[in-house]
Amino acid sequence: MNEKIMLSTIAHGRSGDKGNHANIAVIAYTPTGYAWLRANLSADLVASYFAPMQPSRVERFEAANVLALNFMLYDILAGGASRSLRIDTQGKTLALTLLAMPIDIPNGLERMTRQLPV
Amino acid sequence: MSTLRIGNACGFWGDSIDAPIRLAERGRLDYLTLEYLAELTMSILALQKQRDPEAGYAGDFLDMLERLTSILTKQPDLKIITNAGGMNPLSCARKAKAILDKAGLIKKIAVVSGDDLLPQLDTLLKLHPLTNLDTGADLASIRQRVVSANAYLGAQPIAKALASGASIVITGRVADASLTVGPAAYAFGWDWSDWDRLCGASVAGHLIECGAQVCGGLWCNWRDVQDYSDIGYPYTDIAPDGSFTITSDAGPGVNRETLIEQLLYEVGDPARYLTPDVVADFTSVSLEHVNTRTMRVQSAKGKPATDTYKVSIAYRDGYSASGTLVIAGPDAVAKAKRAGAALLQRIGCTFDRSNIEYLGAGACAPGIVTAPGNPPEVVMRVAMHDQQKAKIERFAKEFAPLVTSGPPGVTGYTTGRPAVREVFAYWPALIAKSAVQSCVEMLS
Repeated sequence: MNEKIMLSTIAHGRSGDKGNHANIAVIAYTPTGYAWLRANLSADLVASYFAPMQPSRVERFEAANVLALNFMLYDILAGGASRSLRIDTQGKTLALTLLAMPIDIPNGLERMTRQLPV
Repeated sequence: MSTLRIGNACGFWGDSIDAPIRLAERGRLDYLTLEYLAELTMSILALQKQRDPEAGYAGDFLDMLERLTSILTKQPDLKIITNAGGMNPLSCARKAKAILDKAGLIKKIAVVSGDDLLPQLDTLLKLHPLTNLDTGADLASIRQRVVSANAYLGAQPIAKALASGASIVITGRVADASLTVGPAAYAFGWDWSDWDRLCGASVAGHLIECGAQVCGGLWCNWRDVQDYSDIGYPYTDIAPDGSFTITSDAGPGVNRETLIEQLLYEVGDPARYLTPDVVADFTSVSLEHVNTRTMRVQSAKGKPATDTYKVSIAYRDGYSASGTLVIAGPDAVAKAKRAGAALLQRIGCTFDRSNIEYLGAGACAPGIVTAPGNPPEVVMRVAMHDQQKAKIERFAKEFAPLVTSGPPGVTGYTTGRPAVREVFAYWPALIAKSAVQSCVEMLS
């Protein structure tokens, strides 16, 4: 079995709500890491990861200028801020959930991890 | 002209009550903005106004203004722009004037209104269907349950108020970024079709609108925050060409990571961030490190604004309540699950919607993250929603008995019965800008 690392080794992010939808920004620490994200972190992969929370669809946007992918997860908030019965009504924690996703160790990992100072 | 400094020290109703004082003292601002209105705040304010025609605004702003009077005395040119007016900006402005009068401060106060569409909703509906942006449903299906309907106005009425000499502008619903775009457009005399500059100021406004969130708040690399107790709040220095810097007045400062996390916060397509003032392309900006407190943002490219305003409608949608109990000791999760099942059976009726979750065992990402091993305790949280208030009241009464009649290790029941609250659902829509008349009024 391949050794795994968490997505957070090569990226950081933030999530928030838009009505009943949530967005998750995944931001690479380096250009090499961004290239890996673009090639590997597809909308389909994110959709299958979040399948237990039943998003109706997932859309991916690119912001190469800030080395980021932005995912829209539609209808994932079980009603959103006003109607959701969940503790995380606004999807505030979804970014950390995605960043905890196990990934295969990418080739050239040392060029993808956080370089200080930021 | 040199740069214009705008600071935001309130990201939501409930934000730090000391931040505006500190930011105004430390930041030497031209403008202080204070943002109070979340998506559904207006529904709560609308009901307050129904009960009391003088109510319906964010009362916290008045407490804040009172505390700011000494700073306004020391910094007579400091101007304040806030959406604290909510459903009743005029009443809010009158009370603000009374506070300033008492402090011996003479300030021109402007009121921006026209966002409230409720009074003419039925007339508007004849020409503007206000279909639900998400579902395509017709507003007629919930018309009788609507409690508030507000268009997100843009920066133009704010700039107009400033041009009329206002030093305090109190608005109803406006787009958050417009609180920043208004003063910049006014100060630099930008044309309302100068899309790139409007885009620059919109990006600046978006970055500071949530206060501390661009200054290290929520930052993934939280270990790098040495002291959360003095987290910074942001100000932006906007140049006449629309480029700007973002600076934090304290804490870990603003850096590339904190800035990008906030740039994409609550954003859909980053190349098309819609505001009433411009279609902002967040993918066009370039970032540059200035120092440990400050980042520079430039080269923003905007596209023409759309011909519609976003409308936020809230309607009555039944009742809900939620209660929590702590279940501790061995097999906490298994015991909590038995308790939850027993509760549902005892109540004996079905609800429109219900949810039982176990905090500490992966509730924030149900089905994706699970607790490793056997946590020493979990919080069982039960939430119910139904159109019938009586059912929710029954649930609230049946919750407590689990303290004596459930599995062992139940505790943490000190806050009394779960509160039954009215639910207001959110209905996003668009309306032609031509159907909405914004209004700027100077308080004499």
